[in-house]
Amino acid sequence: MKTIHLITAAAGLAIVAGCATQAMGPSEAEVDAAANAALKSSFTEKGIAKLDRLQQDAVQKACSGDKAPPAEVTAKLEAEQMASIKWPSDGQWLGDWKAGEKLAQNGRGMTWSDPAGAKSGGNCYNCHQMAKAEISFGTIGPSLYQYGKIRGVTDPASPASQAIVKYTWGKIYNAKAYSACSNMPRFGHVGVLDEGQIRDLMALLLDPKSPVNQ
Amino acid sequence: MSKTALALFSAAAALIGAPALAQKSAADGIAEYRAMLADGNPAELFEAKGEELWKTKRGPKNASLEHCDLGKGPGVVKGAFVELPRYFSDTGRVQDLESRLLTCMEAQQGFDAKAIAATGFGKGEQRSLEALVAYISAESRGLKFNLPQSHAAEQLMYAAGKKLFYMRGGPYDFACATCHGEEGKRIRLQDLPALYKNPGDGVGFASWPAYRVSSGDLWGMQRRLNDCYRQQRFPYPGYASDATIALATYMGVNSKGAVSSAPALKR
Repeated sequence: MKTIHLITAAAGLAIVAGCATQAMGPSEAEVDAAANAALKSSFTEKGIAKLDRLQQDAVQKACSGDKAPPAEVTAKLEAEQMASIKWPSDGQWLGDWKAGEKLAQNGRGMTWSDPAGAKSGGNCYNCHQMAKAEISFGTIGPSLYQYGKIRGVTDPASPASQAIVKYTWGKIYNAKAYSACSNMPRFGHVGVLDEGQIRDLMALLLDPKSPVNQ
Repeated sequence: MSKTALALFSAAAALIGAPALAQKSAADGIAEYRAMLADGNPAELFEAKGEELWKTKRGPKNASLEHCDLGKGPGVVKGAFVELPRYFSDTGRVQDLESRLLTCMEAQQGFDAKAIAATGFGKGEQRSLEALVAYISAESRGLKFNLPQSHAAEQLMYAAGKKLFYMRGGPYDFACATCHGEEGKRIRLQDLPALYKNPGDGVGFASWPAYRVSSGDLWGMQRRLNDCYRQQRFPYPGYASDATIALATYMGVNSKGAVSSAPALKR
Protein backbone atom coordinates (compact mmCIF):
# COMPACT_ATOMS: atom_id res chain seq x y z
CA MET A 1 0.00 0.00 0.00
CA LYS A 2 2.74 2.39 0.98
CA THR A 3 4.76 1.48 -2.12
CA ILE A 4 1.84 2.18 -4.44
CA HIS A 5 1.42 5.63 -2.92
CA LEU A 6 5.08 6.38 -3.42
CA ILE A 7 5.00 5.27 -7.05
CA THR A 8 1.92 7.36 -7.74
CA ALA A 9 3.52 10.35 -6.10
CA ALA A 10 6.72 9.87 -8.08
CA ALA A 11 4.77 9.58 -11.34
CA GLY A 12 2.88 12.72 -10.47
CA LEU A 13 6.13 14.55 -9.84
CA ALA A 14 7.57 13.29 -13.11
CA ILE A 15 4.55 14.65 -14.99
CA VAL A 16 4.92 18.02 -13.28
CA ALA A 17 8.65 18.08 -14.00
CA GLY A 18 8.02 17.08 -17.61
CA CYS A 19 5.58 19.92 -18.06
CA ALA A 20 7.98 22.37 -16.46
CA THR A 21 10.87 21.60 -18.77
CA GLN A 22 9.14 20.86 -22.06
CA ALA A 23 5.94 22.81 -22.32
CA MET A 24 6.60 25.86 -20.17
CA GLY A 25 10.26 26.76 -20.67
CA PRO A 26 11.72 29.57 -18.56
CA SER A 27 9.36 31.78 -16.57
CA GLU A 28 8.77 35.45 -17.39
CA ALA A 29 10.81 36.44 -14.34
CA GLU A 30 13.72 34.19 -15.34
CA VAL A 31 13.75 35.65 -18.85
CA ASP A 32 13.67 39.23 -17.54
CA ALA A 33 16.52 38.46 -15.16
CA ALA A 34 18.59 36.81 -17.92
CA ALA A 35 18.00 39.67 -20.37
CA ASN A 36 18.88 42.27 -17.74
CA ALA A 37 22.00 40.38 -16.73
CA ALA A 38 23.03 40.15 -20.39
CA LEU A 39 22.54 43.90 -20.85
CA LYS A 40 24.59 44.65 -17.77
CA SER A 41 27.49 42.36 -18.67
CA SER A 42 27.54 43.06 -22.42
CA PHE A 43 27.48 46.80 -23.01
CA THR A 44 30.07 49.50 -22.34
CA GLU A 45 30.00 53.18 -23.22
CA LYS A 46 31.85 54.27 -26.33
CA GLY A 47 32.24 57.83 -27.59
CA ILE A 48 28.95 59.69 -27.25
CA ALA A 49 27.00 56.41 -26.75
CA LYS A 50 26.77 56.16 -22.95
CA LEU A 51 25.12 53.45 -20.90
CA ASP A 52 22.13 55.68 -20.06
CA ARG A 53 20.89 54.81 -23.56
CA LEU A 54 19.80 51.48 -22.12
CA GLN A 55 17.56 53.21 -19.54
CA GLN A 56 14.12 53.05 -21.10
CA ASP A 57 11.52 55.79 -20.74
CA ALA A 58 7.79 54.96 -20.52
CA VAL A 59 7.32 54.83 -24.31
CA GLN A 60 10.31 52.58 -24.91
CA LYS A 61 9.29 50.28 -22.09
CA ALA A 62 5.69 49.92 -23.28
CA CYS A 63 6.74 49.39 -26.92
CA SER A 64 9.35 46.66 -26.31
CA GLY A 65 7.17 43.59 -26.84
CA ASP A 66 6.26 41.50 -29.86
CA LYS A 67 2.70 42.77 -29.48
CA ALA A 68 1.36 46.32 -29.25
CA PRO A 69 0.38 47.48 -25.75
CA PRO A 70 -3.37 47.80 -24.88
CA ALA A 71 -5.25 50.81 -26.31
CA GLU A 72 -5.63 52.53 -22.94
CA VAL A 73 -1.85 52.40 -22.44
CA THR A 74 -1.08 53.87 -25.87
CA ALA A 75 -3.74 56.58 -25.43
CA LYS A 76 -2.16 57.71 -22.16
CA LEU A 77 1.36 57.70 -23.61
CA GLU A 78 0.23 59.63 -26.69
CA ALA A 79 -1.41 62.32 -24.53
CA GLU A 80 1.79 62.69 -22.46
CA GLN A 81 3.99 62.91 -25.55
CA MET A 82 1.61 65.43 -27.16
CA ALA A 83 1.74 67.67 -24.11
CA SER A 84 5.55 67.78 -24.32
CA ILE A 85 5.75 69.05 -27.92
CA LYS A 86 7.32 72.49 -28.32
CA TRP A 87 5.73 74.42 -31.16
CA PRO A 88 7.87 76.95 -33.09
CA SER A 89 8.85 79.71 -30.70
CA ASP A 90 8.33 82.55 -33.22
CA GLY A 91 5.28 81.18 -35.08
CA GLN A 92 7.50 80.49 -38.10
CA TRP A 93 6.69 76.96 -39.39
CA LEU A 94 8.57 76.65 -42.68
CA GLY A 95 12.23 77.12 -43.57
CA ASP A 96 14.23 76.33 -46.71
CA TRP A 97 13.36 73.16 -48.64
CA LYS A 98 16.84 73.02 -50.20
CA ALA A 99 18.41 72.74 -46.75
CA GLY A 100 15.63 70.31 -45.88
CA GLU A 101 16.49 68.04 -48.82
CA LYS A 102 20.15 67.94 -47.70
CA LEU A 103 19.04 67.10 -44.19
CA ALA A 104 16.66 64.41 -45.44
CA GLN A 105 19.54 62.77 -47.35
CA ASN A 106 21.81 62.81 -44.30
CA GLY A 107 21.58 59.65 -42.21
CA ARG A 108 24.44 60.47 -39.88
CA GLY A 109 24.39 61.18 -36.19
CA MET A 110 24.22 59.83 -32.64
CA THR A 111 26.25 56.63 -33.19
CA TRP A 112 29.33 55.84 -31.10
CA SER A 113 31.46 56.72 -34.16
CA ASP A 114 29.98 60.22 -34.53
CA PRO A 115 31.91 63.06 -32.88
CA ALA A 116 30.41 64.82 -29.86
CA GLY A 117 28.46 67.95 -30.73
CA ALA A 118 28.05 67.06 -34.41
CA LYS A 119 24.66 67.96 -35.87
CA SER A 120 22.57 64.98 -36.88
CA GLY A 121 20.87 64.37 -40.21
CA GLY A 122 17.13 63.81 -40.63
CA ASN A 123 17.53 60.19 -41.84
CA CYS A 124 14.33 60.68 -43.90
CA TYR A 125 15.30 58.79 -47.07
CA ASN A 126 16.43 55.81 -44.99
CA CYS A 127 12.76 55.00 -44.45
CA HIS A 128 10.62 57.20 -46.74
CA GLN A 129 10.19 57.97 -50.40
CA MET A 130 10.27 61.76 -50.80
CA ALA A 131 11.43 63.61 -53.95
CA LYS A 132 10.76 61.53 -57.08
CA ALA A 133 14.32 61.96 -58.37
CA GLU A 134 15.79 60.07 -55.40
CA ILE A 135 15.29 56.39 -56.10
CA SER A 136 17.39 55.20 -53.18
CA PHE A 137 14.73 55.38 -50.47
CA GLY A 138 13.65 53.02 -47.72
CA THR A 139 10.21 51.60 -47.10
CA ILE A 140 9.94 51.24 -43.31
CA GLY A 141 7.81 54.40 -43.27
CA PRO A 142 5.08 55.42 -45.75
CA SER A 143 5.88 57.28 -48.97
CA LEU A 144 5.95 61.06 -48.49
CA TYR A 145 6.08 61.81 -52.22
CA GLN A 146 3.74 64.76 -52.92
CA TYR A 147 3.06 64.98 -49.18
CA GLY A 148 1.78 68.57 -49.32
CA LYS A 149 0.22 68.37 -52.75
CA ILE A 150 -2.10 65.42 -52.04
CA ARG A 151 -3.19 67.16 -48.84
CA GLY A 152 -4.18 70.23 -50.83
CA VAL A 153 -1.52 72.56 -49.44
CA THR A 154 -1.17 75.37 -51.98
CA ASP A 155 -0.24 78.07 -49.45
CA PRO A 156 1.29 76.73 -46.21
CA ALA A 157 0.67 80.11 -44.51
CA SER A 158 -3.07 80.05 -45.18
CA PRO A 159 -5.56 79.26 -42.38
CA ALA A 160 -6.82 76.32 -44.47
CA SER A 161 -3.38 74.69 -44.23
CA GLN A 162 -2.94 75.32 -40.51
CA ALA A 163 -4.13 71.91 -39.30
CA ILE A 164 -1.85 69.88 -41.58
CA VAL A 165 1.08 72.25 -40.97
CA LYS A 166 0.72 71.83 -37.22
CA TYR A 167 0.32 68.06 -37.48
CA THR A 168 3.48 67.78 -39.61
CA TRP A 169 5.52 69.76 -37.08
CA GLY A 170 4.23 67.62 -34.26
CA LYS A 171 4.93 64.39 -36.16
CA ILE A 172 8.57 65.35 -36.83
CA TYR A 173 9.01 66.71 -33.30
CA ASN A 174 7.50 63.68 -31.58
CA ALA A 175 6.02 60.89 -33.71
CA LYS A 176 4.97 59.03 -30.57
CA ALA A 177 2.36 61.73 -29.79
CA TYR A 178 0.32 60.37 -32.71
CA SER A 179 1.23 56.69 -32.51
CA ALA A 180 2.85 55.59 -29.25
CA CYS A 181 4.86 52.74 -30.76
CA SER A 182 5.69 54.34 -34.11
CA ASN A 183 9.03 53.24 -35.59
CA MET A 184 9.93 56.90 -36.16
CA PRO A 185 12.36 58.63 -33.80
CA ARG A 186 11.26 61.64 -31.71
CA PHE A 187 13.58 64.09 -33.42
CA GLY A 188 12.60 67.26 -31.57
CA HIS A 189 11.73 65.64 -28.26
CA VAL A 190 15.21 64.17 -27.76
CA GLY A 191 16.98 67.15 -29.31
CA VAL A 192 18.37 65.30 -32.34
CA LEU A 193 17.06 68.06 -34.62
CA ASP A 194 16.73 71.71 -33.59
CA GLU A 195 13.90 74.09 -34.50
CA GLY A 196 15.69 75.45 -37.57
CA GLN A 197 16.29 71.96 -38.94
CA ILE A 198 12.66 70.98 -38.37
CA ARG A 199 11.56 74.13 -40.25
CA ASP A 200 13.69 73.08 -43.23
CA LEU A 201 12.16 69.60 -43.23
CA MET A 202 8.70 71.19 -42.96
CA ALA A 203 9.49 73.19 -46.12
CA LEU A 204 10.65 70.05 -47.92
CA LEU A 205 7.30 68.41 -47.14
CA LEU A 206 4.91 71.37 -47.48
CA ASP A 207 6.41 74.05 -49.75
CA PRO A 208 4.62 73.81 -53.13
CA LYS A 209 7.99 74.52 -54.79
CA SER A 210 9.74 71.62 -53.01
CA PRO A 211 10.73 68.64 -55.22
CA VAL A 212 8.60 66.49 -52.92
CA ASN A 213 5.47 68.23 -54.26
CA GLN A 214 6.26 68.09 -57.99
CA MET B 1 40.40 40.46 -57.92
CA SER B 2 39.75 43.23 -55.42
CA LYS B 3 40.46 45.88 -58.07
CA THR B 4 37.86 44.32 -60.35
CA ALA B 5 35.44 44.12 -57.47
CA LEU B 6 36.07 47.76 -56.65
CA ALA B 7 35.49 48.81 -60.25
CA LEU B 8 32.26 46.83 -60.35
CA PHE B 9 31.21 48.32 -57.07
CA SER B 10 31.85 51.85 -58.34
CA ALA B 11 29.81 51.08 -61.44
CA ALA B 12 26.94 49.84 -59.32
CA ALA B 13 27.28 52.81 -56.96
CA ALA B 14 27.07 55.12 -59.98
CA LEU B 15 23.94 53.29 -61.04
CA ILE B 16 22.40 53.70 -57.60
CA GLY B 17 23.24 57.38 -57.61
CA ALA B 18 21.78 58.14 -61.04
CA PRO B 19 18.46 59.81 -60.25
CA ALA B 20 17.11 59.71 -63.80
CA LEU B 21 17.01 55.92 -63.92
CA ALA B 22 13.79 54.15 -63.09
CA GLN B 23 13.51 52.04 -59.94
CA LYS B 24 13.51 48.75 -61.84
CA SER B 25 16.63 49.36 -63.87
CA ALA B 26 18.61 50.30 -60.75
CA ALA B 27 17.51 47.12 -59.03
CA ASP B 28 18.42 45.18 -62.17
CA GLY B 29 21.83 46.81 -62.20
CA ILE B 30 22.45 45.79 -58.63
CA ALA B 31 21.30 42.23 -59.29
CA GLU B 32 23.64 42.08 -62.28
CA TYR B 33 26.50 43.38 -60.19
CA ARG B 34 25.86 40.78 -57.52
CA ALA B 35 25.71 38.00 -60.13
CA MET B 36 29.06 39.11 -61.56
CA LEU B 37 30.61 39.08 -58.11
CA ALA B 38 29.19 35.68 -57.24
CA ASP B 39 31.53 34.12 -59.80
CA GLY B 40 34.42 34.51 -57.41
CA ASN B 41 33.75 35.09 -53.74
CA PRO B 42 36.90 36.43 -52.03
CA ALA B 43 35.69 34.63 -48.90
CA GLU B 44 37.45 31.58 -50.37
CA LEU B 45 40.78 33.17 -49.53
CA PHE B 46 39.70 33.53 -45.91
CA GLU B 47 38.46 29.93 -45.87
CA ALA B 48 41.86 28.64 -47.00
CA LYS B 49 43.66 30.77 -44.43
CA GLY B 50 41.25 29.61 -41.74
CA GLU B 51 41.81 25.94 -42.50
CA GLU B 52 45.54 26.48 -42.20
CA LEU B 53 45.11 28.36 -38.91
CA TRP B 54 42.95 25.53 -37.57
CA LYS B 55 45.70 22.98 -38.27
CA THR B 56 48.76 25.07 -37.42
CA LYS B 57 50.48 24.90 -34.03
CA ARG B 58 50.30 28.41 -32.60
CA GLY B 59 50.16 30.43 -29.40
CA PRO B 60 52.11 30.17 -26.12
CA LYS B 61 51.26 26.45 -25.91
CA ASN B 62 52.25 25.81 -29.52
CA ALA B 63 49.10 23.79 -30.28
CA SER B 64 46.64 23.56 -33.15
CA LEU B 65 42.87 23.83 -32.79
CA GLU B 66 42.32 20.31 -34.09
CA HIS B 67 41.04 19.11 -30.71
CA CYS B 68 38.66 22.05 -30.26
CA ASP B 69 35.12 20.89 -29.50
CA LEU B 70 32.66 23.03 -31.45
CA GLY B 71 29.74 21.00 -30.13
CA LYS B 72 29.94 17.80 -32.14
CA GLY B 73 33.01 16.39 -30.41
CA PRO B 74 36.71 17.34 -30.37
CA GLY B 75 37.96 18.22 -33.84
CA VAL B 76 34.60 17.83 -35.64
CA VAL B 77 34.13 20.84 -37.93
CA LYS B 78 31.62 19.63 -40.51
CA GLY B 79 28.08 20.44 -39.45
CA ALA B 80 29.13 22.23 -36.26
CA PHE B 81 28.34 25.74 -37.49
CA VAL B 82 24.64 25.15 -38.20
CA GLU B 83 24.10 23.98 -34.58
CA LEU B 84 25.58 27.07 -32.93
CA PRO B 85 25.01 28.80 -30.52
CA ARG B 86 24.58 25.83 -28.15
CA TYR B 87 25.25 24.93 -24.51
CA PHE B 88 28.74 23.68 -23.56
CA SER B 89 29.07 21.84 -20.28
CA ASP B 90 32.80 22.58 -19.84
CA THR B 91 32.21 26.34 -19.71
CA GLY B 92 28.63 26.15 -18.43
CA ARG B 93 27.66 28.71 -21.07
CA VAL B 94 25.68 28.95 -24.28
CA GLN B 95 28.29 29.95 -26.86
CA ASP B 96 28.31 31.05 -30.47
CA LEU B 97 31.11 30.10 -32.86
CA GLU B 98 33.29 33.10 -32.04
CA SER B 99 32.88 32.76 -28.28
CA ARG B 100 33.71 29.05 -28.56
CA LEU B 101 36.81 29.75 -30.63
CA LEU B 102 38.02 32.12 -27.91
CA THR B 103 37.55 29.31 -25.37
CA CYS B 104 39.62 26.90 -27.49
CA MET B 105 42.31 29.47 -28.31
CA GLU B 106 42.75 30.12 -24.59
CA ALA B 107 42.49 26.54 -23.28
CA GLN B 108 44.43 24.78 -26.01
CA GLN B 109 46.76 27.41 -27.48
CA GLY B 110 47.29 29.58 -24.41
CA PHE B 111 46.05 32.84 -25.94
CA ASP B 112 44.42 35.48 -23.70
CA ALA B 113 40.73 35.31 -24.69
CA LYS B 114 39.86 38.57 -22.90
CA ALA B 115 42.60 40.44 -24.74
CA ILE B 116 41.45 39.07 -28.11
CA ALA B 117 37.81 40.00 -27.32
CA ALA B 118 38.99 43.54 -26.55
CA THR B 119 40.94 43.81 -29.82
CA GLY B 120 39.33 45.90 -32.56
CA PHE B 121 37.82 44.17 -35.59
CA GLY B 122 40.31 43.52 -38.37
CA LYS B 123 43.31 43.74 -36.06
CA GLY B 124 45.68 41.22 -34.46
CA GLU B 125 44.12 37.88 -33.54
CA GLN B 126 40.72 39.19 -34.67
CA ARG B 127 42.13 38.64 -38.16
CA SER B 128 42.67 34.97 -37.27
CA LEU B 129 39.09 34.73 -36.03
CA GLU B 130 37.79 36.15 -39.35
CA ALA B 131 39.58 33.40 -41.25
CA LEU B 132 38.57 30.69 -38.79
CA VAL B 133 34.86 31.54 -38.95
CA ALA B 134 35.09 31.59 -42.77
CA TYR B 135 36.60 28.09 -42.78
CA ILE B 136 34.30 26.62 -40.15
CA SER B 137 31.10 28.07 -41.63
CA ALA B 138 32.14 26.95 -45.14
CA GLU B 139 32.36 23.37 -43.82
CA SER B 140 28.58 23.61 -43.19
CA ARG B 141 27.68 25.34 -46.46
CA GLY B 142 24.48 23.84 -47.86
CA LEU B 143 23.44 22.31 -44.52
CA LYS B 144 20.28 23.33 -42.68
CA PHE B 145 20.28 25.24 -39.41
CA ASN B 146 19.24 23.05 -36.51
CA LEU B 147 20.18 24.64 -33.18
CA PRO B 148 19.63 22.44 -30.12
CA GLN B 149 17.00 23.71 -27.67
CA SER B 150 16.84 20.81 -25.21
CA HIS B 151 19.00 22.33 -22.46
CA ALA B 152 17.30 24.81 -20.11
CA ALA B 153 20.17 27.28 -20.67
CA GLU B 154 19.54 27.17 -24.44
CA GLN B 155 15.83 27.86 -23.92
CA LEU B 156 16.61 30.73 -21.59
CA MET B 157 19.11 32.20 -24.07
CA TYR B 158 16.50 32.05 -26.84
CA ALA B 159 13.89 33.79 -24.68
CA ALA B 160 16.37 36.44 -23.52
CA GLY B 161 17.39 36.97 -27.16
CA LYS B 162 13.77 37.54 -28.13
CA LYS B 163 13.46 40.07 -25.33
CA LEU B 164 16.56 41.94 -26.55
CA PHE B 165 15.34 41.78 -30.17
CA TYR B 166 12.27 43.80 -29.22
CA MET B 167 13.99 46.05 -26.68
CA ARG B 168 13.79 49.73 -27.61
CA GLY B 169 16.38 52.17 -26.36
CA GLY B 170 18.74 54.97 -27.28
CA PRO B 171 18.00 58.43 -28.68
CA TYR B 172 16.07 57.04 -31.69
CA ASP B 173 13.93 54.47 -29.77
CA PHE B 174 15.25 51.73 -32.06
CA ALA B 175 15.04 48.00 -31.39
CA CYS B 176 16.32 45.23 -33.69
CA ALA B 177 12.62 44.80 -34.54
CA THR B 178 12.36 48.37 -35.86
CA CYS B 179 14.17 47.28 -39.03
CA HIS B 180 13.77 43.50 -38.91
CA GLY B 181 10.26 43.11 -37.48
CA GLU B 182 8.28 43.21 -40.72
CA GLU B 183 8.57 41.48 -44.07
CA GLY B 184 9.55 43.19 -47.31
CA LYS B 185 11.07 46.36 -45.84
CA ARG B 186 14.30 48.10 -46.76
CA ILE B 187 16.60 50.96 -45.70
CA ARG B 188 17.46 53.01 -48.79
CA LEU B 189 17.88 50.18 -51.34
CA GLN B 190 19.08 47.58 -48.83
CA ASP B 191 16.59 44.76 -48.29
CA LEU B 192 16.03 43.90 -44.62
CA PRO B 193 15.50 40.28 -43.60
CA ALA B 194 12.55 39.62 -41.25
CA LEU B 195 14.36 38.05 -38.30
CA TYR B 196 11.47 37.26 -35.93
CA LYS B 197 10.88 34.21 -38.14
CA ASN B 198 12.75 32.06 -40.65
CA PRO B 199 13.56 34.51 -43.46
CA GLY B 200 14.54 31.68 -45.84
CA ASP B 201 17.55 29.82 -47.23
CA GLY B 202 20.76 31.86 -47.24
CA VAL B 203 19.02 34.97 -45.87
CA GLY B 204 19.67 36.80 -42.59
CA PHE B 205 21.32 34.56 -40.00
CA ALA B 206 21.95 31.94 -42.72
CA SER B 207 24.17 34.32 -44.73
CA TRP B 208 26.80 35.31 -42.15
CA PRO B 209 29.84 35.24 -41.94
CA ALA B 210 30.17 37.10 -45.23
CA TYR B 211 32.72 38.91 -47.36
CA ARG B 212 31.80 42.60 -47.61
CA VAL B 213 32.84 44.11 -50.92
CA SER B 214 32.33 47.66 -49.63
CA SER B 215 34.91 47.27 -46.87
CA GLY B 216 36.95 44.36 -48.26
CA ASP B 217 36.62 42.48 -44.98
CA LEU B 218 35.27 39.16 -43.83
CA TRP B 219 32.61 39.84 -41.21
CA GLY B 220 31.52 37.25 -38.68
CA MET B 221 28.13 37.45 -36.97
CA GLN B 222 29.76 39.28 -34.04
CA ARG B 223 30.89 42.12 -36.30
CA ARG B 224 27.50 42.15 -38.04
CA LEU B 225 25.66 42.52 -34.72
CA ASN B 226 28.17 45.09 -33.50
CA ASP B 227 27.45 47.33 -36.48
CA CYS B 228 23.70 46.80 -36.08
CA TYR B 229 23.93 48.08 -32.51
CA ARG B 230 26.04 51.02 -33.69
CA GLN B 231 23.34 52.02 -36.17
CA GLN B 232 20.71 51.36 -33.52
CA ARG B 233 22.52 54.14 -31.58
CA PHE B 234 23.10 51.80 -28.64
CA PRO B 235 26.25 51.64 -26.49
CA TYR B 236 29.01 49.20 -27.49
CA PRO B 237 28.28 45.45 -27.25
CA GLY B 238 31.25 43.39 -26.11
CA TYR B 239 32.73 40.81 -28.49
CA ALA B 240 31.22 37.38 -27.71
CA SER B 241 29.08 39.00 -24.98
CA ASP B 242 25.91 37.33 -23.72
CA ALA B 243 23.61 39.90 -25.39
CA THR B 244 25.07 39.11 -28.81
CA ILE B 245 24.96 35.35 -28.16
CA ALA B 246 21.34 35.62 -26.99
CA LEU B 247 20.39 37.45 -30.21
CA ALA B 248 22.27 34.88 -32.30
CA THR B 249 20.43 32.09 -30.48
CA TYR B 250 17.08 33.81 -31.18
CA MET B 251 17.85 34.28 -34.88
CA GLY B 252 19.46 30.85 -35.24
CA VAL B 253 16.54 28.96 -33.70
CA ASN B 254 14.11 31.02 -35.82
CA SER B 255 16.11 30.01 -38.89
CA LYS B 256 15.59 26.28 -38.25
CA GLY B 257 15.65 24.46 -41.59
CA ALA B 258 17.19 27.37 -43.51
CA VAL B 259 20.13 26.38 -45.72
CA SER B 260 23.39 28.12 -44.78
CA SER B 261 25.13 30.05 -47.57
CA ALA B 262 27.94 31.26 -45.31
CA PRO B 263 30.45 32.61 -45.95
CA ALA B 264 28.30 34.66 -48.32
CA LEU B 265 29.04 37.73 -50.41
CA LYS B 266 27.61 41.14 -49.53
CA ARG B 267 27.70 44.54 -51.23
